[in-house]
Amino acid sequence: MRATGLGVTADTGGAQTAAERAVWRLLARVPDPEIPVLSIVDLGIVRYVRRAADRALHVGITPTYSGCPATAAIRTATRAALDEAGFGDALLEEVLSPPWSSDWITPEGRAKLEAFGIAPPAPAAGALRGTAAPVRCPRCGSLSVARISEFGSTPCKAHYVCSACREPFDHFKCI
Amino acid sequence: MSAPAAAPERRDRALAEALVRYVLRLADTSLVLGQRLGEWIGHAPALEEDLGLANLALDLVGQARLLLTYAGEVEGKGRDEDALAYLRDAPEFLNLTLAEQPNGDFAHTIVRQWLIDAWQLEVYEGLGGSTDTRLAAIAAKAVKETRYHYRFSSGWLVRLGDGTAESQARAQQALDSQWRFTEELFTPDEIDERMAAAGIAPLPAAAAARWRRRVDEDLRQATLVRPAAQPHPWHGRRGVHSEHLGHMLAEMQHLQRTYPGVSW
Repeated sequence: MRATGLGVTADTGGAQTAAERAVWRLLARVPDPEIPVLSIVDLGIVRYVRRAADRALHVGITPTYSGCPATAAIRTATRAALDEAGFGDALLEEVLSPPWSSDWITPEGRAKLEAFGIAPPAPAAGALRGTAAPVRCPRCGSLSVARISEFGSTPCKAHYVCSACREPFDHFKCI
Repeated sequence: MSAPAAAPERRDRALAEALVRYVLRLADTSLVLGQRLGEWIGHAPALEEDLGLANLALDLVGQARLLLTYAGEVEGKGRDEDALAYLRDAPEFLNLTLAEQPNGDFAHTIVRQWLIDAWQLEVYEGLGGSTDTRLAAIAAKAVKETRYHYRFSSGWLVRLGDGTAESQARAQQALDSQWRFTEELFTPDEIDERMAAAGIAPLPAAAAARWRRRVDEDLRQATLVRPAAQPHPWHGRRGVHSEHLGHMLAEMQHLQRTYPGVSW
């Protein structure tokens, strides 16, 4: 798996063992509970899958936002997926650093977001004033859009409206 | 789920106790402010602001959970995030006095939020180079959220201040009545000095200067007037609070106090 190249890519650890590859494939089928068209791998939440020196399989996941209510659900779903696939002895670890960035959403994830009607995030700038890159309406492609609110239905989305097709839409926040 | 080990590994007891208090100050400020913002849900002036304030609250409570969990681990007495949030009384809370002030009108809430957002920006950025890797990781995550909190609150400050005569008067009044709590934000005490000596957190003097410049620039844009300095012994960080915290905790802790250990 490669992230977008904008930020830190997930650590695939070079040559992977069959078990590591199997876990990556497995986790690519675990959906995000709030945006189920995306898997947790698409979102860049899975940071590493590796067989460590202690011979145990370590799986690192990172929360998106500190207070994201989906974090516990993702942890539970990841654990269940590992257990069901016979990786019950894999160690699930929470990784806080480096902090998750929307830059880690994969190109596949971005395409899925747009097809689902959510404008994907631009590169995170961390600006304290104003807005960064232009946002494109995921329905008609117009760049003539207006932000209604920086806060939308979940912590990771802002609310926009398209001036061309008049449709409201969500924009994945850049963080 | 295993968490990263605490660092530095060999801490003397006094340093560990100071660290617990330092982390609780950060945690409690986020928790209390998050609880205050939650009181707006269903009452904000517009749906977008209702969502906005709720989103800020969610981030702040999330940051508080990470910090409380860490404080409990360093303390080593078996208290987890829930025990620290729900089973401590007001004198054990170490939040900034400003954070516990009642919401008032929307202008009061925005001014309080903006002052604390600008403070958290400095504090969390300062922790980026901490020798305590756990605290540095929490701060690196929190600062990204704080940046858009500040974008929200400073944007509203300018709109209210540089808005109608009514909104400007209310914003100025909100500033005048809450400015007296800002002296506490950067006044160092023995905990700060101990943190600085251990390389855990920088002394607040440089951050205070940056905070003041940022606040002055925002006030200029908002056409508001910074009130005169009002030194006053507010000591929320030492557990001595205004009369408002106890009332807030009574509501926040009611369920766990009435039905100990209850869960959904």
